[in-house]
Amino acid sequence: MKVAVVTFPGSNCDYDCYKAMQLFPGIEPAFVWHREQDLGGVDAVVLPGGFAHGDYLRAGAIARFSPIMKSVSEFARHGGPVVGICNGFQILCESGLLPGALLRNDTLRFRSLDVHIRVESTRTMFTPRYREGQVIRMPIAHGEGSYYAAPETLAELEGEGRIVFRYVRRDGELGMGSNPNGSQHNIAGIISADGNVLGMMPHPERAVEEILGSSDGRGLFEALAAHRTGVAA
Amino acid sequence: MTLALAGRPDDPEVTPELVHQHGLSPDEYVRVLAVLGRAPNFTELGIFSAMWSEHCGYKNSKRLLKLLPTQAPWVIQGPGENAGVIDIGDGWALAFKIESHNHPSAVEPYQGAATGVGGILRDIFTMGARPVAVLDSLRFGDLDSPRVRYLFGGVVKGIGDYGNCVGIPNIGGEVFFDRAYDANPLVNAMCLGLMRTDEIIRGEASGIGNVLMAVGARTGRDGIHGATFASEELSEDSDGASRPRVQVGDPFTEKLLLEASLELIRSGHIVGIQDMGAAGLTSSASEMAGRGGSGVDLDVSKVPVREKGMTPYEILLSESQERMLVVAKLGSEAEVIRILEKWELEAAAVGTVTADGHFRVRENGRVVADIPALPLTEGCPIYEREGVEAPEIRDLRERDLSSLLAPEGDLSARFLDLVGSPNIASKRWIYEQYDSTVRTSTVVGPGGDAGVIRVRGTMRGIAATTDCNGRYCFLDPREGVKAAVAEAARNLVCVGALPVAVTNNLNFGSPLRPSVYFQLREAVLGMAEACAFFETPVTGGNVSLYNETGGKVIFPTPVIGMVGILEDVSKALGHGFQAEGDSIVLLGVNREEIGGSEYLYRVEATVAGVPPRVDLYHERQLQRAVLSLSAKGLLRSAHDCSEGGLVCALAESAVGDHERPWGIDVALADALAPVALFFGETQGRIVVSCSPASVDKLLEEAAAHDVPAAVLGTVGPRLGTFSLRAPRGFVRVGSEDIARRYHEAIPALMEGSGR
Repeated sequence: MKVAVVTFPGSNCDYDCYKAMQLFPGIEPAFVWHREQDLGGVDAVVLPGGFAHGDYLRAGAIARFSPIMKSVSEFARHGGPVVGICNGFQILCESGLLPGALLRNDTLRFRSLDVHIRVESTRTMFTPRYREGQVIRMPIAHGEGSYYAAPETLAELEGEGRIVFRYVRRDGELGMGSNPNGSQHNIAGIISADGNVLGMMPHPERAVEEILGSSDGRGLFEALAAHRTGVAA
Repeated sequence: MTLALAGRPDDPEVTPELVHQHGLSPDEYVRVLAVLGRAPNFTELGIFSAMWSEHCGYKNSKRLLKLLPTQAPWVIQGPGENAGVIDIGDGWALAFKIESHNHPSAVEPYQGAATGVGGILRDIFTMGARPVAVLDSLRFGDLDSPRVRYLFGGVVKGIGDYGNCVGIPNIGGEVFFDRAYDANPLVNAMCLGLMRTDEIIRGEASGIGNVLMAVGARTGRDGIHGATFASEELSEDSDGASRPRVQVGDPFTEKLLLEASLELIRSGHIVGIQDMGAAGLTSSASEMAGRGGSGVDLDVSKVPVREKGMTPYEILLSESQERMLVVAKLGSEAEVIRILEKWELEAAAVGTVTADGHFRVRENGRVVADIPALPLTEGCPIYEREGVEAPEIRDLRERDLSSLLAPEGDLSARFLDLVGSPNIASKRWIYEQYDSTVRTSTVVGPGGDAGVIRVRGTMRGIAATTDCNGRYCFLDPREGVKAAVAEAARNLVCVGALPVAVTNNLNFGSPLRPSVYFQLREAVLGMAEACAFFETPVTGGNVSLYNETGGKVIFPTPVIGMVGILEDVSKALGHGFQAEGDSIVLLGVNREEIGGSEYLYRVEATVAGVPPRVDLYHERQLQRAVLSLSAKGLLRSAHDCSEGGLVCALAESAVGDHERPWGIDVALADALAPVALFFGETQGRIVVSCSPASVDKLLEEAAAHDVPAAVLGTVGPRLGTFSLRAPRGFVRVGSEDIARRYHEAIPALMEGSGR
């Protein structure tokens, strides 16, 4: 499966996503420059983290106008799998491919640390390798990751089981010390209504090798690798 | 005798007052006259002022710096280039350097620190290396001052915002708080970059007829005379008056410039590249000419500028950030422009490389400055100053501290107080603001003895640390810097790395003070001795003098940035205890040394006494022993004893995980005064832990290396009691209480400070 890693000016996790996906047989990553008009016949798209266009105005606000985003939207509308990580999640929200917005962390500081997140839904094309309620660990590194949406949107996300990952404590519980950025409902990742666009603030590509401290992100890429052949469990 | 070069009609006349304002002494001005064979015009005066400032010319330190060891078989590039480069094996080279941004950060902490990071990144990628890690070495006054909190918060945010945006992981560093740094914070940033050994490029203007091109951001009126500013003392009104001399950074442009520069270097279209850093276009063009043994002829009217009406003086001395000067092969200009355009940046041909050895500047074709390049870059007068130790410092060192050694029995309260000192407490509040995992190569992140990154495609890892205890250096500069070198090396072996090379940042007061010049000289001598002994040559660095305000001088702070190599990065070791029941072993000897300690500063409000002395031979044996133990896989953790002494080292290994700290059960046999035994900062000690089954092998290995070792006790249960007994005193505290103090001290101090 060919996966496009879109590089915007200011992307800085494009290389990490590329190298991470190379570890998975079946995934063939390819960089796509933001000025391209065409994704070039890929099977999935990753919008990586970083500071696309310097995050000027608002994170993701300018990136949504990059030429490539037209194709990404088109690809998503036709059911193509799209994953936005960190800045990529912000771009997906700004583009309207996912609802809500990512505000400044409630601490008003950039936060870089390992967090625990709970897999809330395994019925997505990205999460079948996890157990429902499984607590996994991976890094976050962002200044604007506080998920916000209107009450009716939140109700919809909750009602339709579209909250894929939630920040939790080590013991899997919500409450004191579980929420690193003030996200509503402890939201760390959500999926589109059609189930093919995933946005998440934590970095699964930084958690694919034990030497880096965690390999809990592997499940996501394994699912992606298996997707084309439809063998996702 | 050349005829005087006519000035521009609007330029001021060069008078003795103007010369003085430009920081040139009458003697130096005489030398300018001799170099030119005539009087300089205003533009030329500005050029000399910048190039012969301390910052660019090293005029008060050069003679001393020559004493440092710089050679080793693995050194590819020593001092004199944008950064040092060493061979790390498997065809890879590591470029690394440390640089200060002290003065700007004292005036505008956020931008000062941010542009400090920007500058050091550019020094690395102009060598052809991709930046892969940064570290920062910071000094501030005490956090009870609102001004210090403002500086501290701004500096940390500035470093974070810049490095995070460019996407370079921060893997460590240090911060130290002492009133000596109240008005003069120190902000030193270190960067490491990787490249293949054949990808190195230098800042040379070579190939007559080749084209000088200004690349990256446009030139504006910011930071004019930053280099001269950095070479003066700060005054009470520095705040308002000097703010325009502070540059403003844009990390987004830096990221684009980084990618564009590496692409340019790999393209083969350029032969030289240099950051337009301190003294901007002036230093980059003249230094490249000087190194290439050539001349340059450039026209400032061709430099892309941000605003109209900039004079040659302003364009030549602007320190606008994110700019490079490259030397393109003749005929490759269009290719260079095409590569820059891809990254949405500009490039413009601004001059050519000439054969006549002159640094010649034109404005719309008319010559406005014409100076022989080599005397400009290398002819800066070099001084040897008078150096005499200040008697009041000698008195402090010789003070009798025996009465302070009296406390015995239960020292738990003193211990808890010490753990809450910002110098001991967790620095998580700082490094959580830095992305430490981007580039997916961080094996040991910030908060440990040293940071470790892997080298992709190999088994190897690179470790780096920065160290310097300014209090030790204040009380005894020669011994203090030896301790800094030893500690840096010790930190590296704790993570399993063999120390291989050093970059240094000499932060001192005004060299015109005999007491400061004494410190500088002693520090360089001590550094030379220790670096030679540990076979860690100095490959470059930075000198920052005049760190004083209103007569108050900082502690001499010769920061050591040291790098090491791990043959097998999967064996990298952390400092935290790993399992209940593991044995805790001390390698090295406890001595009754309390001078210069954090304990005295925190608990007795005293900076005095003889600081701990390094025994170089035993230090090296210790380090070899730990490396050997680590390579054999016998260790579960290793941690250096430094500020706060043995008990704080044990605490740091126990309470790193704030939710689940370990208890310990430790007994010491030494009959020393317990405050010295517990809190003294004797060098040459490493606390390790291992499985009980490995203890015998560990002791054998230590003995084989002539290293004294003592089994201190065991790691207790999580959330257990932290208990330590000695013949004359004890500490007994719940590990959760320690964890709370340790993790909450700095956040509590910073709360409500608006950050």
